Amino acid sequence: MKLCRLLAAGTLSVCAGVPAFAAPAAVRGEQIYVRCQACHALSYDRVGPRHCGLFGRTAGSVPGFAYSPAMKSSRIVWNDKTLDRFLANPLKTVPGTTMTYDGVPDAADRADLLAYLKGADKTPECLTLKAKH
Amino acid sequence: MSFLQVSTPIVARRLFLGQSGLVLSGAAVALLAGKDALAASAGAADPKDVQILNTALGAELEAIAAYQLGAESKLLQKPVLDLAVTFQGHHKEHADLLSKTIVKLGGKPVAAKANYNFPADQLKSQADVLRFAARLEQGAVSAYLGAVPLFGNRDLAKAAASILGDEAMHWAVLRNALGEVPVPSAFMT
Repeated sequence: MKLCRLLAAGTLSVCAGVPAFAAPAAVRGEQIYVRCQACHALSYDRVGPRHCGLFGRTAGSVPGFAYSPAMKSSRIVWNDKTLDRFLANPLKTVPGTTMTYDGVPDAADRADLLAYLKGADKTPECLTLKAKH
Repeated sequence: MSFLQVSTPIVARRLFLGQSGLVLSGAAVALLAGKDALAASAGAADPKDVQILNTALGAELEAIAAYQLGAESKLLQKPVLDLAVTFQGHHKEHADLLSKTIVKLGGKPVAAKANYNFPADQLKSQADVLRFAARLEQGAVSAYLGAVPLFGNRDLAKAAASILGDEAMHWAVLRNALGEVPVPSAFMT
């Protein structure tokens, strides 16, 4: 947590959400995830769909979420490679997506973000959601 | 000066509005978008621009609902309650402008959701509500920052940047109300 506080100095930190064993990449990734929280949350749908269970999920498949036709028909399965490509330039990767965001241009930032998202399934938020379903 | 350090909510609100330049009406912001953009006929606009505006509208409608949750939570005391209502009013102005612009560009504005799945059970104090709102406002800044470069129409980009500035002020004031450094860095991401 000390490292978390240092990294988060002067930012809106929510480091408590990262498991204690989280690697530094995931800790950095949680700071980058703040950008995603414009539209997303881990355990519930907002303007964008929830992120719990993201890895291995087929794009456009969260029940009840109103995806764009482009995303629903993209046939993407989210993994390191597809997420890295999508996050680099969402509109170029899936033209017609409602995720009208310029992307995360820095490859190292994307790697950290993916490290966080990969570990997010072990957060209390995601574990609680999983237990409900 | 903190919102919490002034004598009355009315004084606080006047002070805030006066110092921040938030007396801009929705119409004034619309003017920033330029006559060409707002006078566009149906079908003439870049579909991507309409989608960007609609995604932004969805986020603004969510923010309005979030502030409503905060206002009705009975956790906010004056003058913080007035602050929340003022900021909600800004989001209503943003949503109204975005919706009208989408229609003028030939699009169909998204509607507010019947239900938002906010983590209401985690809001147990005024500070919880302020942190929740601050997180949403910070996210809104990031969202507009990520949208501004995508607009094909530069006038729309300018209007979105105007809204971004307002969201950034909300975030700073909410942080200040929480006792945090209002502006934690020189750049936003």
